[in-house]
Amino acid sequence: MSLVIREAFLSFRRAPSLSILSIITIGFALFVVGLFGLVALNFKEALEEVGERVEVVVYLTRGTPETVALAAYDDILTFPEVESVDFVSADEALVEAREQLTEFQGLYSDLATNPLPSSLGIKLKPGFRNEESVRAVADRVSGFRFAEDIQFGDDWIATLDRVRNIAAIIGLVVGAAFALASIMIIGTTIRMTIIQRAREIGIMRLVGATDSFIRMPFLLEGVVKGALGGVAAVGLNYAVFELVNRTLLQASFFGTEHILLIVAFGILLGFFASVFSVRRHLRAV
Amino acid sequence: MIKFTRVFKAYPKGDLALKDVSFHLRKGEFAFLTGHSGAGKSTVLSLIHAERKPTEGEVRVSGFNTTSMPRREIPKLRRRLGIVFQDFRLLEDRTAEENVAFALEATGARSNTIGPKVVRVLTQVGLAGKAKAFPKELSGGERQRVAIARALVNDPFVLLADEPTGNLDQRATRGIFKLLEDVNASGTAVLMATHNLDLVKNSPYRSIELEHGEIVFDSVVDADQEAAR
Ligand SMILES: Nc1ncnc2c1ncn2[C@@H]1O[C@H](COP(=O)(O)OP(=O)(O)OP(=O)(O)O)[C@@H](O)[C@H]1O
Ligand SMILES: [Mg+2]
Repeated sequence: MSLVIREAFLSFRRAPSLSILSIITIGFALFVVGLFGLVALNFKEALEEVGERVEVVVYLTRGTPETVALAAYDDILTFPEVESVDFVSADEALVEAREQLTEFQGLYSDLATNPLPSSLGIKLKPGFRNEESVRAVADRVSGFRFAEDIQFGDDWIATLDRVRNIAAIIGLVVGAAFALASIMIIGTTIRMTIIQRAREIGIMRLVGATDSFIRMPFLLEGVVKGALGGVAAVGLNYAVFELVNRTLLQASFFGTEHILLIVAFGILLGFFASVFSVRRHLRAV
Repeated sequence: MIKFTRVFKAYPKGDLALKDVSFHLRKGEFAFLTGHSGAGKSTVLSLIHAERKPTEGEVRVSGFNTTSMPRREIPKLRRRLGIVFQDFRLLEDRTAEENVAFALEATGARSNTIGPKVVRVLTQVGLAGKAKAFPKELSGGERQRVAIARALVNDPFVLLADEPTGNLDQRATRGIFKLLEDVNASGTAVLMATHNLDLVKNSPYRSIELEHGEIVFDSVVDADQEAAR
């Protein structure tokens, strides 16, 4: 075992620039994925915040009896998506309008009749604050006889959804490109190491070392590089996060499980890149 | 022990390197393998340590059938053989003792067993005093002693030597040959490919001569081989 460890670290010493390059590319691959992960994470939190304001408002036909409205209220509350329903009577709506629209206070106070309809404000549960569910609820409510008009912010919900998806896709594509580059660079490092160590490998075979024993230092090396790349990626992500936090806006950072996930990805990347190229190149020696 | 039965070996894009070769090396025997350059000596040795497989025929080495054995069995076979070459094949960045220890480490030996074994074989080859020397600080003969120590450290039943004295002057040649005789006297069989006909002529050991891949002379032809022919 000690031989395996020694051999693994020998290549760091013999090809330091290539080893560092492998670590940097793994780091960049995961950094980019992490960056878009951060964007998605913060978007998600932002969405949750505005999501609390996602509301389907049903304006009731004038003259709808309050009993009917209350029956509808109970009915809507049983929808699986619905968190709460808020009944606003026409009088309440007028009071609210007067408070909020101070410029028009005079106008509203002069009115002989109340021009505002009563309404039901429907709030959705956290898992359902997306375009689909909003539409579904709106559709069902529109079936009510007394529903005069239904309003929901479908446009901006769709836009937020789209932006989040685009961020995720860009992150994956760019990350995959860097991952591919890192696999290729690890492959080159391993090929060079194998050529440099052809003599040692030949002697190991001659004295009866097994193939898996000969492979092990390379795999260990890949795992170490992957782990270091993962740690570097988390560090870079943290630097960006700090920068944004100080200069632009209050953002949040990955939790421990995300950080471990990034490092684990690095380890997997290093390991599989090594397995792949060791298999290929050891045959040639 | 080692038994070739009607072995043919063809290299890709080449003539037959071995043609109908049969011989039997017995336990503890010492034998020379002679013949002109290109006669097939190295090919015979490479079939024994399973670097190559015969094209036809059967090579048996201490219970292993190298023709049919799966690749993963090869290390097991090699751990029971010792192999030395004309060019020593030492690692230049390691000392004599590290080179010997390498053979044990590479086969997964427990680390506390390595030290004593290395000291024992280095003493056996007469290099106990140069354990800390790097190959470049050693003479050709001394380097070959390190290589022999490495070959012996796993207690092989046979030592295969491919022109072990090819790069050495007369004095060093005699020294290495004496060492191989000592190794043989302690019970290890030795199969030595060589161009040095003086050595062959002045020794009492068996010699097998190859010419263009065929055995043209064998000083010990046993009954098995007669039967095989
Ligand atoms: N890897 C190879 N590919 C193709 N032909 C080979 C290969 N190795 C050896 N040969 C051929 O096989 C024949 C036997 O070669 P071998 O190396 O066994 O001879 P040898 O007796 O060891 O010669 P020498 O005394 O020069 O070492 C030669 O004709 C050689 O050209
Ligand atoms: Mg040869």
